[in-house]
Amino acid sequence: MSRIEATIKNVGVMREKALIAYVMAGDPTLKASAEIILAVERAGADIIEIGVPFSDPIADGPTIQKSADRALLNNVSMADVLNMVKGLRKETKIPLILMTYCNPILAYGLSAFFKEARRVGVNGVIVPDLPPEEAKDFLPLARRNLIDMIFLVAPTSTPDRVQKILKAGSGFVYYVPLTGVTGSKLTGKDDIQKRITALKKLTDRPVAAGFGISNPEDAKSIGAAADGVIVGSALVQIIATAAENPDYLSDLSTFVSSLKTALKPAS
Amino acid sequence: MALLPNKKGRFGPYGGRYVAETLMPALLELEDVYQSVRRKPAFKKQLSDQLKHFVGRPTSLYFAERLTQYFGGPKIYLKREDLCHTGAHKINNTVGQILLTQEMGKKRVIAETGAGQHGVAVATVAARAGLECEVYMGTEDMARQALNVIRMRMLGAKVTGVDTGSRTLKDAISEALRDWTANVRDTHYILGSVLGPHPYPMMIRDFQSVIGQEARQQILRLEGKLPDLLIACVGGGSNAIGLFYPFLSDESVKMIGVEAGGEGIETGKHAARFATGSVGVLQGTMSVLLQDPNGQILQTHSISAGLDYAAVGPEHCYYHDNHRIEYTSVTDDEALAAFHLLSKQEGIIPALESSHAIAHLSKVVSAYRADQVIVLNLSGRGDKDVHQVSEIMGWTGTEIGEDA
Repeated sequence: MSRIEATIKNVGVMREKALIAYVMAGDPTLKASAEIILAVERAGADIIEIGVPFSDPIADGPTIQKSADRALLNNVSMADVLNMVKGLRKETKIPLILMTYCNPILAYGLSAFFKEARRVGVNGVIVPDLPPEEAKDFLPLARRNLIDMIFLVAPTSTPDRVQKILKAGSGFVYYVPLTGVTGSKLTGKDDIQKRITALKKLTDRPVAAGFGISNPEDAKSIGAAADGVIVGSALVQIIATAAENPDYLSDLSTFVSSLKTALKPAS
Repeated sequence: MALLPNKKGRFGPYGGRYVAETLMPALLELEDVYQSVRRKPAFKKQLSDQLKHFVGRPTSLYFAERLTQYFGGPKIYLKREDLCHTGAHKINNTVGQILLTQEMGKKRVIAETGAGQHGVAVATVAARAGLECEVYMGTEDMARQALNVIRMRMLGAKVTGVDTGSRTLKDAISEALRDWTANVRDTHYILGSVLGPHPYPMMIRDFQSVIGQEARQQILRLEGKLPDLLIACVGGGSNAIGLFYPFLSDESVKMIGVEAGGEGIETGKHAARFATGSVGVLQGTMSVLLQDPNGQILQTHSISAGLDYAAVGPEHCYYHDNHRIEYTSVTDDEALAAFHLLSKQEGIIPALESSHAIAHLSKVVSAYRADQVIVLNLSGRGDKDVHQVSEIMGWTGTEIGEDA
């Protein structure tokens, strides 16, 4: 069992749900991102997804697009992010996942990327524009380097596609509860719970849901069915205030701990 | 020649389907529907009726006698896609895709547009089909192609400006893909060029191949032989592949695709992917891109909104690598000179996109003998560019300046 899968399952043993927090590397600066990641961990995140900025993020809504633009103004590259992870590994043991698009990985070099990702301590990779059909070159390299390739299941995925995705991926199954991009508005939570419950019956791997989960209420209701929730745009929005808000880091920590509290059993 | 693309939508290493999972089922459905109807007599009849009576096909293959005399060399024929309804080849594809939309029972169509010609062509067929239509367009392109924005609105389409990135075609495609991701259940995305995920590059090539099929028959009738050279401009590459495709097995026919050289390759301000690009994935397909060493997509530049894009269609990449098609570029200034040349020699105001093909023609024409034949795809007319060109020339308002 991979480190990511074990982490989510261990959290489950405590009758909690895992909080997976997304942070864009390089927004507002690369140095600040490392501090943000450690603060988010201290505030209760179980796993961190680190965004590697791409100029044309077709699966992302305006919040993460703008965050990527800010990071790119700082010239943050894949090599920089891998180097940041290397530094972080001196201070944290929690699973770290890189989330980016195909092109920055291909530009770095597919084989070199997985080798270096392993060397610096990356545990998983999420590539939203890479369906399992196109992942043939990625999967053996990921496996050889003990890195989880995490694939997304959408509300539009047909049963045969769900099977294909479950077979290709490892770590956890990323369930997208809505048709839309990151940061969209979440509606129909009862229906989402049912769909997550149905998905969980098809796999032994944990199921975590993300896209549109923006507050503790959402986290609680989705977490009632899923093994974990992923929160991105809502965190990025707080980080986006960094320039004018000297307390953004403590605001962020407060928000993250409110999310984590919502994922614990009521005491 | 092997049938391309393969089942996975690959032209050699290029193509594929690099999209979010949410869109995968829609792409598979589109492919299924397209494959099942394309050979059905009823569909073929509907399509050919519309191409004939609504679009105005076949378009003429026009012997450009004065241009031929001007150059003093080979016979030059223009495939007059500028005479299509709405003013460019783009409508060949949209009449096909609107039939597929109706076949799939979707109620809304969306599109991206650069020069606005594709947007107008989508708004046109959507109006005729009674479907809701939204077109995404970069705000930079809205400014330089204002006439087409007005046309789309007159046709009942909603035009949504895209203010991210370089505010041109690439950003419009990203926004259209995001809309499609959110509304995929009731919306069909009518992509306008041989770009994006499979099956778009294949399907759009097929719809545009009517250009080359007609041209091939016409030139055989007019000249009793195949042409020696075909020339077309290449943005995404739909008009070029449309003309070239039916000639690919004719080994004697040379083909040249002309990209936008902008202010010159050496300035970095261009959209000549084959000049300085490298392999990568953008907006659903693997092709040749203008990107930096970190895989970030570079901003492009061209006088022509329709050629101002960082990637080129995957099928073109394949024929570039195997040398079946040659690719080159001309600058903004050369395209502008060609725009004026054709207007004055032939009484045809060409689109700035098509002017790139004419500009390259003027460079290579001397290598051909008088008994040889060149066919150039005049992909669109220049009405949309009148304002932009008049500004460049300083012909503003009622104060008409020096003659060009």
